[in-house]
Amino acid sequence: MNYVSETILLAVGTFLALLGAAFAYDSLFAAHMWVLFFVLLVSTVVMLRKISFAPAGQTSKSSVQSEYFDEVIKYGTIATVFWGVVGFLVGVVVALQLAFPDLNIEPWFNFGRVRPLHTSAVIFAFGGNALIATSFYVVQRTCRARLFGGNLAWFVFWGYQLFIVMAATGYLLGISQSREYAEPEWYVDLWLTVVWVAYLLVFLGTILKRKEPHIYVANWFYLSFIVTIAMLHVVNNLAIPVSFLGVKSYSAFAGVQDALTQWWYGHNAVGFFLTSGFLGMMYYFVPKQVNRPVYSYRLSIIHFWALIFMYIWAGPHHLHYTALPDWAQTLGMVFSVMLWMPSWGGMINGLMTLSGAWDKIRTDPIVRMMVMAIAFYGMATFEGPMMSVKAVNSLSHYTDWTIGHVHSGALGWNGMITFGAIYYLTPKLWNRRRLYSLQLVNWHFWLATLGIVVYAAVMWVAGVQQGLMWREYDDQGFLVYSFAESVAAMFPYYVLRAVGGAMFLTGALLMAFNVTMTILGYERQETVPGAAPALQPAE
Amino acid sequence: MGLLEKHQFIERNATLLLVGSLVVVSIGGIVEIAPLFYLENTIEKVEGMRPYSPLELAGRSIYIREGCYVCHSQMIRPFRDEVERYGHYSLAAESMYDHSFQWGSKRTGPDLARVGDRYSNEWHVQHLVEPRDVVPESVMPSYAFLKETPLKVTDVSMELKANRAVGVPYSDEMVASAKADLAAQADPNSDISGLLQRYPKAKIGDFDGDAQNLTEMDALVAYLQMLGTLVDFSTYDDAAGYR
Repeated sequence: MNYVSETILLAVGTFLALLGAAFAYDSLFAAHMWVLFFVLLVSTVVMLRKISFAPAGQTSKSSVQSEYFDEVIKYGTIATVFWGVVGFLVGVVVALQLAFPDLNIEPWFNFGRVRPLHTSAVIFAFGGNALIATSFYVVQRTCRARLFGGNLAWFVFWGYQLFIVMAATGYLLGISQSREYAEPEWYVDLWLTVVWVAYLLVFLGTILKRKEPHIYVANWFYLSFIVTIAMLHVVNNLAIPVSFLGVKSYSAFAGVQDALTQWWYGHNAVGFFLTSGFLGMMYYFVPKQVNRPVYSYRLSIIHFWALIFMYIWAGPHHLHYTALPDWAQTLGMVFSVMLWMPSWGGMINGLMTLSGAWDKIRTDPIVRMMVMAIAFYGMATFEGPMMSVKAVNSLSHYTDWTIGHVHSGALGWNGMITFGAIYYLTPKLWNRRRLYSLQLVNWHFWLATLGIVVYAAVMWVAGVQQGLMWREYDDQGFLVYSFAESVAAMFPYYVLRAVGGAMFLTGALLMAFNVTMTILGYERQETVPGAAPALQPAE
Repeated sequence: MGLLEKHQFIERNATLLLVGSLVVVSIGGIVEIAPLFYLENTIEKVEGMRPYSPLELAGRSIYIREGCYVCHSQMIRPFRDEVERYGHYSLAAESMYDHSFQWGSKRTGPDLARVGDRYSNEWHVQHLVEPRDVVPESVMPSYAFLKETPLKVTDVSMELKANRAVGVPYSDEMVASAKADLAAQADPNSDISGLLQRYPKAKIGDFDGDAQNLTEMDALVAYLQMLGTLVDFSTYDDAAGYR
């Protein structure tokens, strides 16, 4: 394994980062370039130590081209678990900060800087790594072809981790575009664009050299996710930097146009990153784990095209009753309500894949996890259209109801389906007979499920109460509550929400332990409850 | 189901699948977003909007840096309770020079679209230093460090030029006097006639109570104190602005 040219590129990058720090236009850019410098320096040293100075022509291990390229997927699985734990932990921290504001440590760990860290860590670090790793796994198996582009897959993986590190450290330093879920500044965005194009090349290239005549349905979803995210990312982040050696940039759009562009992006980060990509995951791992074919081929065609067509229109429901023109709001609402149908098409196709194998919910905790994920997907995609109705939105918007809704989707759907995929992948990738412990999976399932239920229920009550307090009038025609009173009323809910989040985090820690032990090759002696039903003698 | 059987064709052709997906996902954005750039009634005709003064712009950058938008909206909806609580509902015109927009999506704290002129400078400084001293129920973090941090803008005119590149009508005169305007706005003893001509209704003064130093607190409070104060609503016609 000789990566001489890669190592040289890394070294050049390290030097450029040093130059960036030296000639920075502002102090934040200098600080960020120092971070980049140290990250690249460590990477260069690690790479240098890997170079073997053997005579040319003597390759130590000739990689067999017929095999699947799974090494990068192993790294991706570990990264998913790691970033998941980090993202959930930061989530619990920000939840506690809202309940106990003394936990804010200015300036770097104030809520305003840590919350983007939480959202990006969960969506892009945890979710993104899960998507990249599983898509690489799925596309190879369903195309019966090795990943296209050789080491390009490594570039995608490590390039993406660099994006995460630069985004995360940037938030804490105070580098932000103030665009939700697109906070990284222009130079980090440019880097992500490069990585994303490489990702598209690897994925599409693998499909093009497939040995299967048909492109499997999971790959449609992955492909539409990759290509749409590329479009959204590029358009939403169009900006003019103040200096090419400074952090600050000004968005190409202003006010109302900027708002709709951002929520066109924001809603479809949900629609394509967190839905389409994860449906790809569902379409491979659920049939595999239950050992049944996908329920309906026709349904998958209809709901695929309907879903990707309609999702794009739904952005304006984030801007109901704002200064966005009414026609755009109405259009957004109508499409959001219609979107309910293709969403449930996916849910039905996933759930009905279990037909004939429903007993596995009782016997297989991984199946249980996947089914719960699809159930939460169904609930969140019902709640979403409901909240996009203007009358409902007038109450729910700006409140914690939205936060509850997001988490029932993110924790319930994205979290659970990823956990299921990781439990499926780990023994396969490391060639283990089974997971270290299925009982721990069962514990994880219940901790996560109860955690989400606590979280979502508490946030519903909190959000509705907030909304009602803000609009309550007494019989004299005066507003009853000051804003501060509505803040004080949230305290018990914020504490309970942190409890729900902590349960979810505990489950993820169990998963980290379970996955680690599986990789290390341990097997826990245990009987899985329900695995072998004890028969009652007839009386 | 003849049509669905034809789908096999797409399933065997990755390029077709890629291009087809891209076309399908482009339509919604084109129909919804593109008209906002050319429909003339998207932004209401109002009196009083002007670009941010250099100090306000610097304050706005601090507002963004600290992630204030995470908890504070700047978008008052046209409901009785919101209008009574916060003031006239927000117009699209009021954020026409906001790159990026700061409408927000969550009100952990109150809306700030018209917070300007509501409280004294002293109140803002005290509130930012220790929020619970003035609002016991508040869960806002403390921003005391802003008062200790000197305001550093490497090149003020570059900030204005970047804004001009994305469409904000900063004149050459504004760009040329940007550095002087930045300092003058936070100094009650300076000559401000030029500044007020370039940026009508700009708030002048020693915002942070520390006349010796120009701090980040000065800039942030200057920004907060102008929010929502520019448009003259006595001359605004609600019915004409509806779209």
